[in-house]
Amino acid sequence: MGASALARPAAMPAAAGDKANVAVAVRNVDVVFGERDSAVTALSGVSVDIPVGSLVTMLGPSGCGKSTLLRAIADLVPLSAGEITVLGRSPEQARRERNFSFVFQDATLLPWRSAIDNVRLPLEVGGGGSAHAEPAELLELVGLKGREKALPSELSGGMRQRVAIARALVSRPKILLMDEPFGALDEITRDKLNEELLRIWRETGTTIMFVTHSIPEAAFLGQHVLVLASHPGRVKEFVTVDLPAERRLAMRDTLEFVQITAHLRRLLEEC
Amino acid sequence: MADVAHRSPALTQTAAFGFADRFRDKMPATLAVVGLVAGWQFIVWAFSVPTYMAPGPLDVLASFRDDGRTLWSNFWPTFFESVLGFIFGNLVAILLAIWFVHSRTAEKAFYPIAVFINTIPIIAVAPILVLIFGSGYLPKVIIAALICFFPTLVNMVRGLKAVTPATLDLMRVLSASKSEVFWKVRIQSSLPFLFAALKIASTTCVIGAIVAEWIGSNYGLGALIIEATYNFRSPLLYATVFTAALLAVLLFTLVSIAETRLIRWKTSDVH
Ligand SMILES: Nc1ncnc2c1ncn2[C@@H]1O[C@H](COP(=O)(O)OP(=O)(O)OP(=O)(O)O)[C@@H](O)[C@H]1O
Ligand SMILES: [Mg+2]
Repeated sequence: MGASALARPAAMPAAAGDKANVAVAVRNVDVVFGERDSAVTALSGVSVDIPVGSLVTMLGPSGCGKSTLLRAIADLVPLSAGEITVLGRSPEQARRERNFSFVFQDATLLPWRSAIDNVRLPLEVGGGGSAHAEPAELLELVGLKGREKALPSELSGGMRQRVAIARALVSRPKILLMDEPFGALDEITRDKLNEELLRIWRETGTTIMFVTHSIPEAAFLGQHVLVLASHPGRVKEFVTVDLPAERRLAMRDTLEFVQITAHLRRLLEEC
Repeated sequence: MADVAHRSPALTQTAAFGFADRFRDKMPATLAVVGLVAGWQFIVWAFSVPTYMAPGPLDVLASFRDDGRTLWSNFWPTFFESVLGFIFGNLVAILLAIWFVHSRTAEKAFYPIAVFINTIPIIAVAPILVLIFGSGYLPKVIIAALICFFPTLVNMVRGLKAVTPATLDLMRVLSASKSEVFWKVRIQSSLPFLFAALKIASTTCVIGAIVAEWIGSNYGLGALIIEATYNFRSPLLYATVFTAALLAVLLFTLVSIAETRLIRWKTSDVH
């Protein structure tokens, strides 16, 4: 069986009729930073459809615009051209309606708030959103039962990132945008959190976009891998990962998995 | 149960060690002070230094006993001037810092003036204020306030701005309003900076009050210092100086207690 059968380019972006099944639609997006002489084109002509309920990982060389794309979807970066719709709305509207949450590379917890008060933060600001989950239950979901009262300085890096994930889930977002959330963690912690993320994804049905530097992580987590090329940032390929939905860490030693990562590595080398 | 029974002796032991440790911790300082005082008494005695030139520690102690009422009745005016100056100086500095952070124009307009006021030696301002406001409480409170003002303004502005871009991104994704960012984030993150300044102010406000009393007053520790000097009552002079130092230590301790109450989290940002 050839690698192309396992990791094949996805069909063309969904047709207009399929709108209901698209969580995030990116159409011919350009993002340019700076003025004239010092202008940097971070993204150029990027188009992609993220299916509802999918887990899409994003891979690409450093500086290719992965963070910029995620931040543009989250209304943190203005577009220079093109259009992004999030569940059929503009990113700004989607942000106001709390349709998505963002998990940053650093946990960005407020150091004076206990774990549970950090999880509550989204309910206290910006109108609080309509739906919300129980903060204590979320801390239990991410394996921090009993540490509700702990301050961030009393938690390990991995625990802090779990609190950040619980905080992202508290407003019951339909979409979770994650920018290298486990990038600063050791491999063992990262493996554990990857498995937990998959469990949360299955239990909540949230659409997840997940930026990573790690090829195995991208293949292990993703139903699809969006590979970006740099200079300027553009879509190289939208790869569909043909692995069973139920992922196990041991799966990473199978031939199928290795073939997928080899394919991704080849794509990155061409970038 | 067995677990508890095993643990409690250990706990008692730690407590005992804690006490012994703390005693050992304070030992060098205590010994140094005792040594210095003994050395002072020895020099005064060995070289038969006249009392009006430099009294020994025993003379000073005697003055505390004999002139206790004078010291006590002059302590209170200085205490009130210092505390009122501390409150007004810091309050104005904090409010101004908040204004500066909200308005670039205000900062540009008034920050240079604040720097200019800070460069005027306080000793030079004191006579001017006494000429304007007479010999009552007011000029002393103003001078004590002036001396507190600048360090607090600078630190508070720095503290209110010491919010990481990532935290601001988080608040934006949560659609937090400007006032929510201010109350939930900026005020909290400024507290360590504010208290660093308040600790300085708690001792300098006493200096301000005393300097003001030198120039136009017939009450307060400052006036007592001048009077004792002119009358060659050196033991009283020394006793007054110690009383002023005790006042500063008292205010410093109060601020430190407030700090530990309000800031339970640790920060590495304050220098
Ligand atoms: N705020 C900004 N101002 C100016 N240029 C920016 C800004 N943010 C990003 N860029 C530029 O845009 C390009 C893409 O940056 P981006 O952070 O999206 O890359 P990335 O793929 O996330 O990289 P990494 O994998 O290292 O995180 C880079 O050339 C970067 O210098
Ligand atoms: Mg990035």
